[in-house]
Amino acid sequence: MSKQTLIPVGPYHPLQEEPELFKLYCDGEIVRDVKWETGYNHRGIEQLSEKKSYDEVFFLVERICGICSTSHPFAFSNAVEEIVEVEIPERAKYIRSIIGELERIHSHLLWVGLAGHFLGYNTVFMWAWKYREPVLDLFEMITGNRNSYAMFKVGGVRRDIENSKIPAIEEVLDLVRRKTDLLTGAVMDDPVIHARTKGVGVLTREEIINFAAVGPTARASGVDIDVRRDDPYAAYPLVDWKVITATAGDVFAKAEVRLLEMYESVSIIRQCLEGLKKEKEGDIEAIVKVIPEGMGTGHAEAPRGEVFHFVVSDGSNSPARHKIRAPSYTNIATFKKSCIGQSISDATISLAAVDPCYCCTERLAVAVDRYTGTRIMNAKEIIEHSAQLTQRLIHND
Amino acid sequence: MVIDQLKAAFEEELLDIAIRGDRRATVTIRPEALPAMAEHLHIKLGLRFIIASALHTRKGFEIYYHFSEDETGMICNLHVVLDGERPEVESLSNMFEASNWIEREMHELFGINFRNHPNLEALISDGNWARGEYPYRKQFKSNGETGK
Repeated sequence: MSKQTLIPVGPYHPLQEEPELFKLYCDGEIVRDVKWETGYNHRGIEQLSEKKSYDEVFFLVERICGICSTSHPFAFSNAVEEIVEVEIPERAKYIRSIIGELERIHSHLLWVGLAGHFLGYNTVFMWAWKYREPVLDLFEMITGNRNSYAMFKVGGVRRDIENSKIPAIEEVLDLVRRKTDLLTGAVMDDPVIHARTKGVGVLTREEIINFAAVGPTARASGVDIDVRRDDPYAAYPLVDWKVITATAGDVFAKAEVRLLEMYESVSIIRQCLEGLKKEKEGDIEAIVKVIPEGMGTGHAEAPRGEVFHFVVSDGSNSPARHKIRAPSYTNIATFKKSCIGQSISDATISLAAVDPCYCCTERLAVAVDRYTGTRIMNAKEIIEHSAQLTQRLIHND
Repeated sequence: MVIDQLKAAFEEELLDIAIRGDRRATVTIRPEALPAMAEHLHIKLGLRFIIASALHTRKGFEIYYHFSEDETGMICNLHVVLDGERPEVESLSNMFEASNWIEREMHELFGINFRNHPNLEALISDGNWARGEYPYRKQFKSNGETGK
């Protein structure tokens, strides 16, 4: 009977600024079991959505995720437009894809930076976040917001991208392309990164299918799925691009997929900009007055994978039921496979590799024997413990 | 097409079929047939389980199990209608891990029981909500039904 140590990762002050708790049960340096607690940030968005009009739901779902804030409106509009059976104008399709791909670029840059930070390679962190900044500035220029762009509505988009702004967008794309070369070189050719990420956090093809993982997590393990190609929407069927896959399934493969996807995103945006030049300015929405009774299943490929929205309409101006599934919901469950048996130092990057909401602050470590059921401190005991320590300090002074 | 194969294999179990365009199909089935049909879709035909959506309606509790055939972009929804008083259906978690969390969530929010689920403890609330209260159930006041 071995004694296992609980290393809590969370629940507050996470690196990616979202609350959740991973309990790593370790035997020495080796992780033997992972448990997960969530719900610290449960906002009841599915319920809230049923009390808002369709126009308002776009603003609500945009706030599910702060990083990929357009992926939820994208999937929601796909679902509602399936109910309405409306074809949106070509110009709106191009604008939607441009926003979606710009978001993919800034989200992947954010992840590459954080992954570097996790590994102690802070140069990559600073580079990636520095070059993410012009993308956010570009968002501000074309949508008015650095994040939560409020661009989507049923039947099209709210704001046009005037053709006069295209040169400025192309300028940023040139910069992103050059800097992606820099980052790709810094990651792919670095022997230390190879040593830290190759063969680490491996997920096999069978495990991906079993957990139904999606996005770069699945593609890095050779599962060739991408909603943009498989169930085409917006302007993706109108442009040439390819789905990036890898086979190793380790952290390095996931980084590789994300870095190479940024090149594809740049290419998609360039083609969409050419498409915009051919379409008439201002033709950005098909007027939808009534959402009829029915149900729609809409999905979209977010930077982390497939976002899925299921909308049931009863003919009123609010959804009767709105089910939302974010990609991390299936991806995070893969930790059961990717972390166990590894050392704690590798577990941190394995947890980060699916690009989840992750936190790395070890607030409290208590040695427990799981087999004899020694209790972990609860919140009240922690407060009492803290008060006792404070008293002791005062007394010593 | 997936629907043709389902028709051939489960003629008796299909209560209703609704097809929309080339890529959307909803098949209403008897709840008892769910494990066999999910196995057929996932194991035999290789469809990916996306998620399941529960609804509380006047019919009782309804669950849509969404499957995706990624080669064709087809989404196939398996639809079951469960009893409004004691909603219960077989768990799919022993077939694939992907349904583990969503079944726990539906159990927690709607009070639907999933038979043979490996671990039905609360996923979201960590036991902080009142027992027996299911926040996503609706109150149907018009005809005297209650949400509890």
